Amino acid sequence: MNRNSIGFWIGAAVFLVAVALMTQMVSNEYPFFAAYGVLQFVVLAVAWSILGGYAGYVNFGTSAFFGVGVYTAVFLFKVMGAPLGVQIAAAALVGAVLGLAVGLLTLRMQGIFFSIATIAMTIVIETSVTNWRFVGGAAGIQLQRPPVMAPFHSYVQMLFFVQACMVVLAVAIARYIQNSWIGRGLQALKDDEVAAECTGVPTLRLKVLACVISGALMCAAGAPAAMYLQYADPSSAFNLNYSVSVLAMSLIGGTAHWAGPVFGAILLGSTQQLLAVTISSEVNVLVLGIMLVLFVVAAPEGIIGLIRRVRRKGAGGEA
Amino acid sequence: MMSPRPEPALLRIDAVTKRFGGFVALDNVSVDIHPGERFGLIGPNGSGKTTLINCISGALQAEVGTVVFRGEDITRLPAHQRTRRGIARSFQIPRPFKSMTVAENLMVALDFAAVGDDYVAAAHRRDTVMSILTRTGLASKADLPTTGLSQVELRKMELARAMATHPKLLISDEAMAGLSSSEVDEVLDLLIDLAGQGITIIMIEHIMQAVMRFSQRVMCLDAGKIIALGAPAEVMANQRVQEAYLGT
Repeated sequence: MNRNSIGFWIGAAVFLVAVALMTQMVSNEYPFFAAYGVLQFVVLAVAWSILGGYAGYVNFGTSAFFGVGVYTAVFLFKVMGAPLGVQIAAAALVGAVLGLAVGLLTLRMQGIFFSIATIAMTIVIETSVTNWRFVGGAAGIQLQRPPVMAPFHSYVQMLFFVQACMVVLAVAIARYIQNSWIGRGLQALKDDEVAAECTGVPTLRLKVLACVISGALMCAAGAPAAMYLQYADPSSAFNLNYSVSVLAMSLIGGTAHWAGPVFGAILLGSTQQLLAVTISSEVNVLVLGIMLVLFVVAAPEGIIGLIRRVRRKGAGGEA
Repeated sequence: MMSPRPEPALLRIDAVTKRFGGFVALDNVSVDIHPGERFGLIGPNGSGKTTLINCISGALQAEVGTVVFRGEDITRLPAHQRTRRGIARSFQIPRPFKSMTVAENLMVALDFAAVGDDYVAAAHRRDTVMSILTRTGLASKADLPTTGLSQVELRKMELARAMATHPKLLISDEAMAGLSSSEVDEVLDLLIDLAGQGITIIMIEHIMQAVMRFSQRVMCLDAGKIIALGAPAEVMANQRVQEAYLGT
């Protein structure tokens, strides 16, 4: 393991310990409720950028994967009262299968056609769930949380911790991909698919792999949402807002590095929470739009691009 | 006259036909490329040269006919599989991986194409890349982004990247188009040097001096058909070749 990796894993451990301590020391539920939403967006944005950032295939189907995760959990909970861990694992599996199916069907298409296909997928899946009586249909379904497990005092605290673990998992996967041959292959095919193929890169297989990993993480991130809200309905689980927010977070953060979507999701996620509390939940969509436009114009490579530019200037000044 | 060669062909193109809608880009083309050969491919614009090498490299698939490489039918294989088997190419308009440095461009080839006997352990990759870049005269540009390269450097980078895949057959698609005459000589020397290392090379080119100097055999395509195939001087003297080029 090189120094960079040691630093990363120490950082991850410190983060998890801090999160665990916070669940033991803070008794007010609201901070956990709010921070859970931000962490959920971090997982979604990191997962999105594996396909959308590294490979350059813009996926508008985040909400489909998220919603499928929610409903996998709902289904398993209703059928057999499955515990949270099983719900998440099953959602990841379903997400991987969905990613494989979507990937094989649509990744032969390039650019905008892939994006359109993912929107169509979202609508198809949402419509199916809306007409599925067993999980509540269009009216949605109420869920009663099971008793919380020790050492947590409330269910929301536990979900917050679980989502924090998923953040670490998602970031570790994204970071591994970025630094490995997979990342180099994805970057090559993003730059030029024909040239990549003629340099030996199995472009279709790599794209499908990225779609599978990305899909599994998105579904897993969605699984605890049902227990978090104690309620699920198709129009919120499959809300297009997830797709748009996650895309904006990744782009604003920058997709060239795994840290980009993390920054983006924390920045936009907390701004949205703040606005939803202080002004209204409608305004946050407006702010999201304005920030996206600002970044596209002023910093097309996102926060990561800004950081790199500043560093390069610093290095240039010293030399 | 060329003496008959006893060894089997490295690449056998057998009755390959390729249509785009109603347009016949390649019409029943058959040719054998021998191991170690320097093969020139000429023809007027739109005659099917690039289509032929697309069918060889896998960017396109022939509808009719077969492409056999080292005894294996590769007609239906995707391009990356052909690259791994030893077919590399450059592009008429350079297609670098723009977000990467020159060295990283070559790393992609080492990561994905250098498999089996050609596998290069991670610890030696940088050395392998640098030795290829030194040979192609790009060593000083290794860590620069490809966006900062000149035309001739881009062409060399494409050949270097192709070399990094460890090819047995290298296809150079108009690597000299748009270059000055001294640059043409640089690229030509590079190709001759590569051929000297035992790599079979198919060179597509419009610059006749280069073709004459480089090729052991020349094939001329016109409207998707072979109109001449043989020693360079013979092909140049051919009546139909002259008509195809001069349009008389």
